Amino acid sequence: MEMLIDIASWVLLMAGGIAMVISAVGINRMPDVYTRLHAASVADTLGAGLLISGMILQAGFSLVTAKLLIVLAILFFTGPVAGHALARAALVAGVRPHVTDPDEADDACGGDFFVEAVPHETVRDDVDAITPRPGLAPAGRGSKPTG
Amino acid sequence: MFAAAALALLVALILLVVRALKGPTVFDRLVAANSIGTEAILLLAVVGFLTGRPEFLDIGITYALLNLIGTLAVLKYFRFGDLSQSGGEEPEN
Repeated sequence: MEMLIDIASWVLLMAGGIAMVISAVGINRMPDVYTRLHAASVADTLGAGLLISGMILQAGFSLVTAKLLIVLAILFFTGPVAGHALARAALVAGVRPHVTDPDEADDACGGDFFVEAVPHETVRDDVDAITPRPGLAPAGRGSKPTG
Repeated sequence: MFAAAALALLVALILLVVRALKGPTVFDRLVAANSIGTEAILLLAVVGFLTGRPEFLDIGITYALLNLIGTLAVLKYFRFGDLSQSGGEEPEN
């Protein structure tokens, strides 16, 4: 029985570690902020879930298990909140999604979405291409929200 | 087995630090910083089990709570320029 629990714990911990590395590689390889957020969510859900499940199997039924479940619950609830806030802040600040065809993106986003095609090769170094959306005051010290 | 998991977490951390240093916009850096926070919590838990001291989990809970606050505070700072505004209303899109 103990052997079985150890094997299951091994498998879960290894799978969790692999999910973490995959998420980190994705954050490095993806072309823009929004796709990087997609890669980061793998670590928040799959990686944390598998790793903590593996540790719960080792801890048995104790206070440590309760603490691990609390950590897991906090990660599950705060991860999507932070991801949503990040994506929204990037969109409002004018970071453009990386698309190959602006017309297609306009159709998909209802037309009032500010997108521009950026060649794939230039995205990483293309800091100047990220400009505020028209009609939006640039964020800076002293600028008030217009709402 | 905990050593192997800790090693995987360290490799992931190095990759995330590369993105945090490289990322062209501040939001790329924040995505990486948020992920680094998550990985730090899990690394803390794994190292706690590795050394036979699961009390580290208490610190992990604190880190998990601070991680969200930190990310939101930095986002608000870069959106409004300071942290003293209510920030309840978004500008008209």
